[in-house]
Amino acid sequence: MLRRFHHTQPESFAFSEENRKWAEAQITKYPEGRQASAIIPLLWRAQEQEGWLTKPATEYVADFLGMAHIRAYEVATFYFMFQLRPVGTTAHIQVCGTTSCMICGAEDLVEVCKERIAEKPHQVSPCGRFSWEEVECLGACANAPMVQIGKDYYEDLSRASFETLLNDLQDNKKPLPGSRKGRFSSEPESGIKSLSEMARQKDEFSPAVSLAQSEGAS
Amino acid sequence: MSDLRKIIVDGIETEAYGDMTLIQVCEQMGIEIPRFCYHERLSIAGNCRMCLVEIVGGPPKPAASCAMQVKDLRPGPEGAPPQVKTRSDMARSAREGVMEFLLINHPLDCPICDQGGECDLQDQAVAYGVDFSRYKEAKRAVDDLDLGPLVETHMTRCISCTRCVRFTTEVAGITQMGQSGRGEDAEITSYLNQTLNSNLQGNIIDLCPVGALTSKPYAFTARSWELEKVESIDVMDAMGANIRVDSKGRRVMRILPRNHDGVNEEWISDKTRFVWDGLTNQRLDRPFVRIDGKLTPCSWDRALEEASHMLKSGNVTSLAGDLVPVEATYALGQLTDSLQGQKECRVDNVDLPIGNRSGYVGTATIEDIDVAKRILLIGTNPVNEAPVLNARIRASWLAGCNINMIGEPVDLTYDYKHHGTDLLSLQKLARTLDEEDLTGTLIIVGQGALQKQLENSALSIAMKLAQKGAGLLILHTAAGRVGALDLGFAAEGGLDVALGSAEVIYNMGVDEYDIPAGPKVIYQGSHGDRGAHRADIIFPAAAYTEESGIFVNTEGRPQLALKASFPVGEAKENWAIIRALSGTLNSPLGYNSLIQLREQMAKEFPHLMEIDMIQENELQPIEVTVGNNAEIENVIQDFYLTNPIARASAIMAELSYRSKTTTGEINEAAA
Repeated sequence: MLRRFHHTQPESFAFSEENRKWAEAQITKYPEGRQASAIIPLLWRAQEQEGWLTKPATEYVADFLGMAHIRAYEVATFYFMFQLRPVGTTAHIQVCGTTSCMICGAEDLVEVCKERIAEKPHQVSPCGRFSWEEVECLGACANAPMVQIGKDYYEDLSRASFETLLNDLQDNKKPLPGSRKGRFSSEPESGIKSLSEMARQKDEFSPAVSLAQSEGAS
Repeated sequence: MSDLRKIIVDGIETEAYGDMTLIQVCEQMGIEIPRFCYHERLSIAGNCRMCLVEIVGGPPKPAASCAMQVKDLRPGPEGAPPQVKTRSDMARSAREGVMEFLLINHPLDCPICDQGGECDLQDQAVAYGVDFSRYKEAKRAVDDLDLGPLVETHMTRCISCTRCVRFTTEVAGITQMGQSGRGEDAEITSYLNQTLNSNLQGNIIDLCPVGALTSKPYAFTARSWELEKVESIDVMDAMGANIRVDSKGRRVMRILPRNHDGVNEEWISDKTRFVWDGLTNQRLDRPFVRIDGKLTPCSWDRALEEASHMLKSGNVTSLAGDLVPVEATYALGQLTDSLQGQKECRVDNVDLPIGNRSGYVGTATIEDIDVAKRILLIGTNPVNEAPVLNARIRASWLAGCNINMIGEPVDLTYDYKHHGTDLLSLQKLARTLDEEDLTGTLIIVGQGALQKQLENSALSIAMKLAQKGAGLLILHTAAGRVGALDLGFAAEGGLDVALGSAEVIYNMGVDEYDIPAGPKVIYQGSHGDRGAHRADIIFPAAAYTEESGIFVNTEGRPQLALKASFPVGEAKENWAIIRALSGTLNSPLGYNSLIQLREQMAKEFPHLMEIDMIQENELQPIEVTVGNNAEIENVIQDFYLTNPIARASAIMAELSYRSKTTTGEINEAAA
């Protein structure tokens, strides 16, 4: 897929106060004169702030790190996780389409996306709130099929549970990430078979889900 | 020295330093390793995979020899030296595989490609590839870039070696080029379709191993095998870049760099490379005599006759221009002496001390830039005055050298500490440096710091600092200047004194200076430029590609340029015109050929015939003068239009216009 800057770009970009402080702290992780190493986290932060990675944002980050614009552009076009065109304001849904997920029904999820969001990946839905794309393996093969929205994994999906997820998002709810089949994490579907005495049954959710819960997901 | 290790390559044992790469070891042994991305003057990318070799006892896969160092190799059993095989089955099949992959997306347009016949991919496909293709699918196509009027792009041919990106970033110091995307979609781009903003950009044409980047002015005009290749020396600046002039018949088709580690490495500036169309425009191709105020063509006999009358009619002053080879200046000097005339070559009115070679050449060489720890630039903008030398300073800066500068603050493509723009700030800096040991410091004095109004003060301070161990390099702007000064072609008191009592001026190629009204002028030169307009008699002469000549570069290195083609029309070689004129004057000079001239010159000035040898100049400091405080200004305002050949070139005119529109000197909408 050819990746270039989008034809329509906002005028300018600047880190929010909080993000700027965070970015400055990130830079201190690297030795003097090597601040360019912080390019990926900073671009990612800029993308989180705007939803997608704009040209002003890329140039802002490059200037922030004292590097040439082209060097930041190279990074931004190399990594698919950087969205170089506008995405849905509520959610950009990344459907894993690699082997395990495909076998377990990722194609159904893609169909739902096509029906409910947009015919083609990276197209924003008519309401402007959703977009989707098919991505390569996200490493949650034991919980296939799955989608990623922002930083959260929604696993063990089916056509129905995926539709519910989309409905919840549409209703401005914050659905809880994690397995849709009630799994704690990636243990066997029929229950844990080994190391059962070490299983942390006292927690209701896995750390990732708990974190989302603490941030207001339900 | 202790790091010398034994290594066996193809069964031959050799010794190599630990930090040498395997491709360098092989090169040293004369073993050819194919490569595309590796270039000895650029950083190592290791992305073309063409240089794969087998390492015995290493991992069971081939290794890229450009990125593997000798010290990374493990010794064999019982401490035997590590073994590398470059011709084994593994190495051979690896190269075949890489070649097959590279050719998947490379178009089969060699018959219409300008690189055809001198293409690394073609050559290596023949040498290391296979003779069939298994690929039947569609090939990819890539949009072409617009990089400006010099570099034409055919990006579908690109094999993504990234040499151009590395050159522009590392050597030229510009940040437009990069590689975007990944995998199938990886492509070389310029940021947001910017054109390149460097006067070294032509070098990426040479660096490109395929036909993706080719020369726009040369496009589709010749095939490499039809060209006659002659080794010559560039005269566009005083650095004396080693060049190869490629001509077809009488016409110069293109100019390419030759490798010379001491001078230009293997780069040349865009003016050097693309000036050749100026060799065919505005040429003086027959003698002229001014009759009733109008220049009228005439025969050589008539012109010589008129000139000899004129030379006998009054005080003669001879001026030697910027592009004139040493031989012609030598002959003109002898002719002028026989007429008891004055001689001067410092036609831009600079104060270069006569006879003091440490003062007009300096004590350092261009190679000293590489090892300098601190460089002090005084009154020079090397970007305009010697772009390739500037790239060398940049390389030194990248290696940790501190750059200091006095003069106009300009963009040098690297950071420097600016100490001020006038003489006072130089004096102040000199006082602080006075306390230090200046070994490892290199002072580069430009012509801007040698202007008359500075009264030699800048040079005297520089020489005083040189006494404390600093190297001194005078950066000239005229290719013929050092040679002419070596010959003593200068008048005590400078240009004003030389012209003071002149009634007849013999102007050999001076086009950068307006000769005042009054004296009669004989102009000898190649182009109808400023000098010819002011002339009463014109002798058409050869341009620098049309005669063999010696040029002494800014560090005092005599270099021999060979004759690539013949002078146009009735034009003659410079020295021959003066020899003929001396015959007409009945005081013939003592040589009938260039060889005889050189033999005679060698007796008087032996160092001029020691080609490519730099004489060590003993520092003879001149008296420190205070001088009036004056601004130090750079001498070159327009890089692309510094001499008559460049001014006759349409390409240079376009480049000059473009550079002015980008700096805002010309408003494009208004123009």
